[in-house]
Amino acid sequence: MSDNKLNAAQQSGAVQTTGHAWDGDLQEYNNPLPRWWLWCFYGTVVFSVLYWFIYPSWPVGQTWLKGFGKVDYTIVDKKTNKVEEREQRWNTRALLLADLGEAANNEQRKAMLSKVRAASHDQIVKDPKMMEFVRSVGKGLFGDNCAACHGRGGQGVVGMYPNLSDDDWLWGGSMDKIHETLVQGRKGFMPAFEGVLKPEQLDDVAEYALVLSNEAKPSEASERGKEIFQGQIGGCYYCHGADAKGVPSQGAANLTDKIWTIANVPAQKTLQDKKAVLKTLIANGVNNTRIMPAWKGRLNDDDIKLLAVYVQQLGGAK
Amino acid sequence: MSEDSIQLYQKRIQIHPRSVKGRFRNLKTGVMVLAYTIYFLLPWLRWERPNAPDQAVLYDLPGRHFYIFGLTVQVQDIFWLAGVLIIFAILLFFVTGLAGRVWCGYFCFQTLWTDLFIMIEHWVQGERPARMRLDKKPWNREKLIKKGATYGLWLLVAFWTGLTFTMYWVDAPTLVVDILLGRASYAAYFTTFFLTATTFVMAGLAREQVCIYMCPYARFQSAMFDHDTLIISYDAKKGEGSKGRAKEYRGQRTPEERKAKGFGECTDCGHCALVCPMGIDIRNGLQYQCISCALCIDACKHDLVNYTSENALNGRKTQFLRPKTVGYGVILAAATVILIWSVLTRAPYTGTVEQIRQPLYTQLSDGGIRNAYEVKLNNKLTAPMTVGIYIEGLPGATLDMDGMERIELAPQERIKLLARVQIPPVESSKVVGDKVMFVIESLDGATAKPIRQEVPFYAPAGS
Repeated sequence: MSDNKLNAAQQSGAVQTTGHAWDGDLQEYNNPLPRWWLWCFYGTVVFSVLYWFIYPSWPVGQTWLKGFGKVDYTIVDKKTNKVEEREQRWNTRALLLADLGEAANNEQRKAMLSKVRAASHDQIVKDPKMMEFVRSVGKGLFGDNCAACHGRGGQGVVGMYPNLSDDDWLWGGSMDKIHETLVQGRKGFMPAFEGVLKPEQLDDVAEYALVLSNEAKPSEASERGKEIFQGQIGGCYYCHGADAKGVPSQGAANLTDKIWTIANVPAQKTLQDKKAVLKTLIANGVNNTRIMPAWKGRLNDDDIKLLAVYVQQLGGAK
Repeated sequence: MSEDSIQLYQKRIQIHPRSVKGRFRNLKTGVMVLAYTIYFLLPWLRWERPNAPDQAVLYDLPGRHFYIFGLTVQVQDIFWLAGVLIIFAILLFFVTGLAGRVWCGYFCFQTLWTDLFIMIEHWVQGERPARMRLDKKPWNREKLIKKGATYGLWLLVAFWTGLTFTMYWVDAPTLVVDILLGRASYAAYFTTFFLTATTFVMAGLAREQVCIYMCPYARFQSAMFDHDTLIISYDAKKGEGSKGRAKEYRGQRTPEERKAKGFGECTDCGHCALVCPMGIDIRNGLQYQCISCALCIDACKHDLVNYTSENALNGRKTQFLRPKTVGYGVILAAATVILIWSVLTRAPYTGTVEQIRQPLYTQLSDGGIRNAYEVKLNNKLTAPMTVGIYIEGLPGATLDMDGMERIELAPQERIKLLARVQIPPVESSKVVGDKVMFVIESLDGATAKPIRQEVPFYAPAGS
């Protein structure tokens, strides 16, 4: 300590130092903290003690201080659509649930949902507001539950999952039928004709199918194919109908239109290739590859109704 | 200078401005009455609107609408606010370049409310000497009553100021009742409390400290000054003479006597400094603290303080038409015209069409191709409106909106609709990435040009 190096103010005691000196003359002032700062600090100390008791905080043995605060909130069970009142100790997750439950948008959603629930299909499709709601909510439901197979826009995958955005419906495009499809699920089936028909006969039937949809011009081969189709050997008319326009109750496809759901005819360049893919399909049939699961029990009735309207407007059926 | 005498902190000296009468005091009072009349009464003004709130000026945040008399500002028109802010900023530059800190001296709410609070103080406690005496007195009954009354009145004014601000965001009569009955929203209480507290602290306690230390405008306005800018200045030539200012003692009272002795016209009465709300002496020249309130002009009996410019003080002419002021003026006029034009030509409704790109197109059973679109409509009026939608420009194409091609929109309704455009098979091979024009027109309830929007139409190549 070299006192002679302290300046006048320090020597006179006007400014207090900590009393240590480093490197001979390096000292530290010992100024008091500003009063406003000190009071703010005391304030935070008091606040922290209150905080421990009001909110969940310290662990105590096997449990913890749970605080006095409580949060009431309601939640809706997704499957049963039942409303449950719940109460929890204060925590931000419950607070968020309570907030979401009371949000103005949620009130609007609930009001709209009960309106849609009470309305008939015809009323819904004619009401712009309800349709806007159906498209908005349906988009999310479809994305969560259907898009994995049918694609985000319902475009499907040829050979695997039907296209829902076109105007052709394997199982019927009425609201009731779509609803039924959703509730029960569907299973597409076509017997394999390999062994039943000779290879030349398979060729002929394939040729006839192409003529049906205007892909090829009628020929002798297609006439032979027609006989097999309409006769007892093939018996195709049994499911596809005598006019080949399909039978929705069987899930049998309309063969006269431009839509192909399993054999990807439009993608083939030559007539030969088109015939080849059709022949393969007729020979192998469809079994255990076209399965739509039943959604009853997985989705609640409201969601199924919303989805039915949503899917129908994707295809634009009336 | 010893180390101890360096002070980075300037201790505040309480300012007790003297009251003053005169031209500029009247002007300031006039501005104050006008500003307060508008501010405090506007939320109570009603305005008949069908299907919408009846408050003349209401910024309805939850409803996403700003109602300003006959104008309803929708969310998508909020860029007007940017226009208004730009105009105010340029106006500030323009006026400050021309006439100095006019905003600070007459219009700033800090100035207005401080002025009002000083008036209250003056009314309760008396003139400057009385207030200073009261401050020095120990706490007794008189001091307690007078100080209490002052603070109480300040608090009342501050509360009503804060509450009035909140009234612009919710229905005013409902709010006042709700606030008093304790059932207003948390946001309303917080806003009112916050504004009450800031008004009380800023106008009652902090006052000139706000202008000197807190306000950024006060500091950057000096950047807009030049030698032709009007400033409030003491005429030192006249006031100081050759031997400086002098009090009116015997033998130096008349102008002749003073001239003979070499004294200036300033009698050093100090009134100019006593009335200054910023606590400065204008005779020391232009200072950054000066808010140009012009009260010292009123205070000087010898006309030694005036609105003038540095050029005028140095015997040159003050140029008002300068590149800077003309430039600001032109920009100001242009911005104002553009804003007014934008407001006057606002569309009564909006409509946009977006292609739904998943899937890009759908092949239909007859071989036709369909594209889907989302049409967004927004009725900006407070009256119902019928809108019709049709397409053109794509041969053979038909529009299907499930019968909503013609739709009635409720007041201020916005809605999203699905539109399907379909072309028959024959056309298919010709249209690979074509375009279709949507036309949205008002059939009833509004007059405006139809909205035309061209959107892509996709079809597979060679189908």
